[in-house]
Amino acid sequence: MTSTSLLFLPVAVPLLGALLVTAFPRTSSILGVTAALASSAGGLWVTAQTWLHGDLGSVLGGWGLPLGIGLAADGLSAALLAMSSLVGLGISVYAIGYFAGSERCTHFWPLWLLLWASLNGVFLAADLFNLYVMLELLGLSAAALGALTGSREAIAANLRYLLVGLLGSITYLLAVALLYAGYGTLDIGLLSERLQPSPLAATALVLMIAGLALKAALFPMHFWLPPAHANAPAPVSAALSALVVKTAFYLILRLWLDLFPAIADAAAAFVLGALGAGAVLWGSWRALRAQRLKLLAAYSTVAQIGYLFLFLPLIQATPAGAARDDLIAACVLMAITHGFAKAGFFLAAGLVQQKAGHDRIDELGGAAQSMPATTFSIALAGAALIGLPPSGSFVSKWVMIGGAFTTGQWWWLIVIAAGTGLAAAYIFRVLGHAFGLEPTPRCFLTNARAELPAFLLAATSGVLLGLGAGPLWSLLGLSGGHA
Amino acid sequence: MSPAFLYGGAGILLFALGLWSFLVHEPLLRKLIGFNIMGSGVFHLFIAIAHRGDGLPPDPVPHALVLTGIVVAVSATALALALNSRLEAADANASASAHQTHGRGADEHADDAKRRRWPTR
Amino acid sequence: MNRDLSLLIGILVSLFAVLLLWIVYITLSAETGPRLATLALEQLPESGVSHPVTAVLLNYRAYDTLLELAVLLAALLGIWSLGPAPAGFQLAGPALAVMARWIVPLAILTGGYLLWVGGHAPGGAFQAGALLGSAGVILRLAGHPRAGLPSEEAQRWLVVAGVGVFVLIGLLLAALGYGFLTYPKAGAKWLILLIETAATLAIGATLAAAYVGGRPLGAAPPSTPTPTEDARA
Repeated sequence: MTSTSLLFLPVAVPLLGALLVTAFPRTSSILGVTAALASSAGGLWVTAQTWLHGDLGSVLGGWGLPLGIGLAADGLSAALLAMSSLVGLGISVYAIGYFAGSERCTHFWPLWLLLWASLNGVFLAADLFNLYVMLELLGLSAAALGALTGSREAIAANLRYLLVGLLGSITYLLAVALLYAGYGTLDIGLLSERLQPSPLAATALVLMIAGLALKAALFPMHFWLPPAHANAPAPVSAALSALVVKTAFYLILRLWLDLFPAIADAAAAFVLGALGAGAVLWGSWRALRAQRLKLLAAYSTVAQIGYLFLFLPLIQATPAGAARDDLIAACVLMAITHGFAKAGFFLAAGLVQQKAGHDRIDELGGAAQSMPATTFSIALAGAALIGLPPSGSFVSKWVMIGGAFTTGQWWWLIVIAAGTGLAAAYIFRVLGHAFGLEPTPRCFLTNARAELPAFLLAATSGVLLGLGAGPLWSLLGLSGGHA
Repeated sequence: MSPAFLYGGAGILLFALGLWSFLVHEPLLRKLIGFNIMGSGVFHLFIAIAHRGDGLPPDPVPHALVLTGIVVAVSATALALALNSRLEAADANASASAHQTHGRGADEHADDAKRRRWPTR
Repeated sequence: MNRDLSLLIGILVSLFAVLLLWIVYITLSAETGPRLATLALEQLPESGVSHPVTAVLLNYRAYDTLLELAVLLAALLGIWSLGPAPAGFQLAGPALAVMARWIVPLAILTGGYLLWVGGHAPGGAFQAGALLGSAGVILRLAGHPRAGLPSEEAQRWLVVAGVGVFVLIGLLLAALGYGFLTYPKAGAKWLILLIETAATLAIGATLAAAYVGGRPLGAAPPSTPTPTEDARA
């Protein structure tokens, strides 16, 4: 059996896990974490296969391409699969302790594993309609998970999130219908060969990007994100902020680079970049003004998504070659770094909240200080959010700044500088309150099972991804000179 | 004007009507109905695409996509309705005990609001 | 919402509709070839079923159908996570009770027929499951608080049965070397029927349980539910 024919594993394993935890609710934690380990292994296995053998692809059902549904893993999919596998594992380990003794545990695991299956499914899908089904699975399980706290705020916020997601996906589906009408296939690879610049293709591009931007919470369509992410249980917030919004961005990038290269033009890229700039400034500003730690983290997500969109006009203006490859890799690195950083941040914030009984930043006092590992996690994740060396986002911003100079789009530099300054301000505001006058305990870890996942995720974002960014370039199969 | 365009055009009109309703109306039920009408519009378009002229059997692929789409839309509608009914129950509950609730700030976090959790039987 | 704003939105949406109508018109009047139809119909004899839509749903694009069942499951799990089911309706009057006694068995019977007929004519797991689900809705309306569904444990098994059988058959086929969800020509018909049967039961149970609207009520006796303090109050 070849590696290509096992591409379905990252979807099938968490799916099977979700069924098991549904059928055996009494042992959901044990089963859930076992399924999480297996899912993580499955995802990393596909990443490793892509690393070793290059792009993989298979068509399910044995009918060949236009009729069957294709799965594909290239460097971009593999990089995001690795992120979902590692972050997902961290969240799972953390969730055992977080939901221990609560009835919510039986509801968390099946929905979380379904969410995981759909994340991996989106990264591996090569079929436009299959992506629609995956996006709906993602949206439904994410909204249900977000409402798990059961509070009125959480239910209201996640109902809105669900509706916004539905609007986004039905818009996407309309574009799928138009593309099928015009080109007679649903496969991304075949479509990109047949696609000609035409009013039909342009409309489909706009509909798809608009629907997905709504799901990616691109400014000014971000209004649903902060309440939904801030009111969810900590492991769910981490999954929503780190992984779920990334899938929508991943799809935009995928469509932009692979499906619509003939149609996407500089004006469209500029519009998306400008919205991204708005997201960076507005998200960072609101994060600075936020009263609560988790709300701060949620607004910071809005800003970080903005940075990802800033890459589009730069990529569009750079001719194919090493410089463009550098920009694409930097964009992926930024997305992945944020995934790790925000997951670590939310998990740590959840611990602070459990310890202090609230997450109002001004009143945190020494609550964070009594948990050195957690505070350190917040600091490391914060460094990645700001873009300090040696974080992955430092490398990304460096490449981004270089790209802005080369393509003469200096105006983005102002946005990057302002966003970075604001990020530094909101992170140091949290850290400033974290250090009170209380005595620091002797041991670094006070609760290893809960603190380690947060710490490892944050450390990956803040240190590993920056120092070890080189392999990402080779995974993505790009030629660029590593900055 | 071909029958396919009649169906497809009707689908587009349904989509636009649903979209307008979704954007303009505040109550959840109307938004959900709007969403379902948008969905029906897209499904109409798929059915129109499947039409291959008189005498030829229709393209089964769009038909199957519509069936899948319907199930997805039903699932989403069910979840949204359930969330909404909990929300209404919480509001009814809150207004009943309004005099007991002290005004905590909007930044109060959900996790510590234990008293608002759904009672378990 | 303010009138001017809704008018503005209306105008924008109308312009959008005109643009889309134009796009659809030029696309549908252009010669776009057979799309996937010829291929799908040509391969039909190989697919194990003789109805083309069933062939697409359960063979060519079975992966979509598998995930669609997962979407249905996710919705139900979401509904269950919101808390226990609200109390049911009062026991029905004689007219509705008698009607339910007639309609529910008929719906189940028709569901079985639709499941079988799906192989060669319009029908199949979703139509059959929808009928089973509606039988559950009628039961609940007639005052059966659990909508005819079994205990919580059995319900859990029922609702995962659809995705479960589907994914296990897929994995088994992959392990045997055919590939995930790639049926051998000879067994395709029976594998599809097995998947469809499990899916019908799962869809019926899921729809009925979703209508109940909350976590299954424990082993509560199906007595007349008292419309007093329900769980939400």
